[in-house]
Amino acid sequence: MAARIQIPREAKRGDVIEVRILIQHPMETGYRHDDVGHLIKRNVINALSCRYDGVEVFRADLSSGISANPYVQFYTVAEASGDLEFTWIDDEGERGSERQAIVVRG
Amino acid sequence: MKRRDFLAGAAGALALPGAALAQVDPRDPLVRALTNGAPVRKGKVTLVLPQLADNGNSVPIRITVDSPMTPADHVKSIHLYSERNPVPNMANFYLGPRAGKAEINSRVRLAGSQRVTAVAKLSDGSFWYDAAPIVVTLSACLDES
Amino acid sequence: MRFAGLALAAAALAAGAAPAQERAIPSGELKSGSAFLGSDLRALQNDAFANPGMLWVERGEKLWREPAGKKNLACASCHKDTSMRGVAASYPKIDKASGKLFNLEGRINQCRTERMGAEPLRYESEDLLALTAYIARQSLGLPIAARIDGAARAHFETGRAAYHLRRGQMNLSCAHCHDAQWGKRLLSETISQGHPNAYPAYRMEWQTMGSLERRLRACLSGIRAEMLPYGSQEYLDLELFLAWRAQGLPIETPGVRR
Repeated sequence: MAARIQIPREAKRGDVIEVRILIQHPMETGYRHDDVGHLIKRNVINALSCRYDGVEVFRADLSSGISANPYVQFYTVAEASGDLEFTWIDDEGERGSERQAIVVRG
Repeated sequence: MKRRDFLAGAAGALALPGAALAQVDPRDPLVRALTNGAPVRKGKVTLVLPQLADNGNSVPIRITVDSPMTPADHVKSIHLYSERNPVPNMANFYLGPRAGKAEINSRVRLAGSQRVTAVAKLSDGSFWYDAAPIVVTLSACLDES
Repeated sequence: MRFAGLALAAAALAAGAAPAQERAIPSGELKSGSAFLGSDLRALQNDAFANPGMLWVERGEKLWREPAGKKNLACASCHKDTSMRGVAASYPKIDKASGKLFNLEGRINQCRTERMGAEPLRYESEDLLALTAYIARQSLGLPIAARIDGAARAHFETGRAAYHLRRGQMNLSCAHCHDAQWGKRLLSETISQGHPNAYPAYRMEWQTMGSLERRLRACLSGIRAEMLPYGSQEYLDLELFLAWRAQGLPIETPGVRR
């Protein structure tokens, strides 16, 4: 699953940094019909987690109430240089992940 | 009490424009599942939604909680509820002292005009909420392309 | 004006359509579809990170470098580091070799089949949307400048006729809403001028990315007219007319639309 992450490339230790993620996923609600009138099966990303150097700093339970191609923005404290790694899973068990590095000075 | 009525019941009437809800009804099964009967007070949480949605498929939402986000005093989780969507518990966000700031931005689906409620659980076990109304209009043409 | 041009103009007037040089919406009054969006969707379109269409642009960038087909060539193999800036703004356009009119989708598929030995990509497939969006994105901010001279002229005339043709159960032409009633309300929506400058676009109603042709088909469906198959000559000619009609409007791909 394609995703984009936006975090500052660099930060000072202790800075509160903005983290944004956009994941390509239809977040199929299960309430839509196809051209012949059959219900399209529900399939949404139901869990999203962000680990900063292996420690979970953010987690979300998502549902069909979140828009297609889900967008989430939150904050975390820049502690040390390392990777922010996102993982997520949808109703069909498909997993996705994406990571981005940050350099923390001080 | 039916989910759809819980906010109306608590306030007396949604018809009163700008009527502030004194308290989210803790008896509502959805809220009870979260709070276990503890009171949910209005305050500390700010839920920002547009007054009029461009399109119900993608509405920008911001939830901010006034909290120092220290190990001793922080937001543990934020829970988003819709009074009209088929799935009322829209999302839950789990924070902690490493967040630095208790603010979430996302984009949500809203099935028609309604009030959306955000409930925050703090590290001291207390619950706080905010609710915001939004008007959601429909598209003109039915797209079968 | 030459005699032939006068005769053409007279014939066009007789048919109820405006002469070629006359624009129903003068150049100075052109407004992109984004001017008719609410502030939230406009902000989403302008957010280079959160604009969902950018997911397709990124995929397109990846595909550009991926070899495909029997010759194991990627787009980048021939195009190398040549910027595609300006390319999308000049489409639809006549292919000199074949004399045919191509839109961007058609051109991508022509390259794939004739030069890469690869299968053509289906309309609305993730890959074709991605490549089209990626190429169009590189013309971001550039004014639409499709040519209607030479071999393109006949296509332009057909496209113009198609634009003014009444169709479907509601017996409406594109002009009825988008020339005569733009800015007015249709139920809860404000009617736009109907320009193609933001396509492929992420449309909320689809909750995904779609091509200009998909949008044209949606319009036809909306007025209860028969939708033509993707890639029809009539759509291509109409796309050329729409590009002329939108001449000067900056490319905004990927647009965010309702």
